[in-house]
Amino acid sequence: MVPRVPPQHAAAFPKQINRLHSPFVAQVLPWLSIMLGSFLIGLPLIASAPLLPPLGFLLLIAWRQLRPGLLPVWAGLPLGFFDDLFSGQPFGSAMLLWSVTMIVMEIVEARYPWRSFVTDWLAACLMIAVYLLVGLGFSNVAGGQVPAQFLLPQLLLSVLVFPLAGRLVNWLDALRLIRFRGIS
Amino acid sequence: MAPPNIRRTGFSKRAQYTNFFGYLAGIAGALLGAAFVIVSIIDPSAFSGLRGLASDAAAPAGRAVAAGRDEGRSFASVVGGFFMSGSRKANLENELEVARVRLAEAQAVAEENRRLKALLGLPQEEIKVVATARLIASTPTSSRRFATLSVGRNAGIDQGMPVRSPLGLVGRVMEVSATTALVLLITDSESTVPVQRARDGIAAFAQGHGDGTMQLRLINLGINPLKPGDVFVTSGAGGLYRPGVAVAVVSQLTSDGAIARVLSDPSASEFVAVDPVFAVSIGVPGAINAAPSAPGGSAQGATGRPKVAP
Repeated sequence: MVPRVPPQHAAAFPKQINRLHSPFVAQVLPWLSIMLGSFLIGLPLIASAPLLPPLGFLLLIAWRQLRPGLLPVWAGLPLGFFDDLFSGQPFGSAMLLWSVTMIVMEIVEARYPWRSFVTDWLAACLMIAVYLLVGLGFSNVAGGQVPAQFLLPQLLLSVLVFPLAGRLVNWLDALRLIRFRGIS
Repeated sequence: MAPPNIRRTGFSKRAQYTNFFGYLAGIAGALLGAAFVIVSIIDPSAFSGLRGLASDAAAPAGRAVAAGRDEGRSFASVVGGFFMSGSRKANLENELEVARVRLAEAQAVAEENRRLKALLGLPQEEIKVVATARLIASTPTSSRRFATLSVGRNAGIDQGMPVRSPLGLVGRVMEVSATTALVLLITDSESTVPVQRARDGIAAFAQGHGDGTMQLRLINLGINPLKPGDVFVTSGAGGLYRPGVAVAVVSQLTSDGAIARVLSDPSASEFVAVDPVFAVSIGVPGAINAAPSAPGGSAQGATGRPKVAP
């Protein structure tokens, strides 16, 4: 299956003789980038408070908003499973919340197809806030006792970082269509 | 104007079925996730094997980044020190004068302790460090405070072992896998450490607060005798942490105790040491094996649900 070239990226990798898109790279890069986001966010510091944005979740939303249909509706399950391995939340929390996010985005998009940068950002803010709060609820039910206001710095940071995650995804989306030597 | 929906299935039966089963799979995924959450709330250690495998597999990346983290911090402190050096040097000289006197006093006390213990016939407790390792990863996006230790069963790490840095207590081992271990930091809201004031031994419990500080709860309520700046150390009660390890310093008083700042910032400690469980190391007969529960569990801290070792 040869991926469709989005018009804004066609100029980055123009048609050349003996140079083809790789279907493998085009399909795998979104999954790989989200998994790397889930994993790498745990490395840079040993945090003593919930602080850093849930990067895997931000990238999932950004990919889903930029390329609807590229990730299937059920993508939340395997990606959430991977996130749960490293996130420290009760196991299954991301599997549930990411699956629900994908379904909700599918339904909302069918009802309200109008899109702009601001509406996408607002929708993402809402989803991140709900995601962090419900995640906190799960870990509190499982034994923690952290009040919700301690999430505010993390929420603020996540909301501010989201457009950057969007830019990153846009760049990865172009990289997805890099051409390799081959014969069509 | 609304953009055209390019993903409309049209009359193709194959496309319609693919779409429909995609939705079904999504809903099934959500239900499966919910089932996993319920299982992990009921039995927190249910998925510890999976987590351990994943953290073992990811450990090399964590080790590389941990080394880089130290480099980055020392660079930052060099730059910071360039601007702050004058006032800091004056402060340090003052502190050094005081510390010299205190050191001499401490040596005298240690000598006295040794003589008194010999008089009573108490065994000299030499605690051997089980392993020295790095913290290679943590959970900065979650409200739970866990860190990954770069050694596991291969270095003799076992559940319940206290982890400390040169500056003070860091946490205790919660789950062990082949080459890594999961550490519950003392700032986690499920961690409770029995502590006492270093100066006079007023007993309290230090519980994680969720934002990097700790809540000190005094055992004897009444007039709150605490003052900002009081240092609390582990008391050794419960048999998990050995007495005398620094834990936290009081920063703000509350009605039933105080909010305390943790002394050992785990992200600033390059290496941490893992001690044996205190009661085991001093050979208490039938020493408790306080197996803490997994992430999402309901461990009651150091004193919680001790099990008698077979």
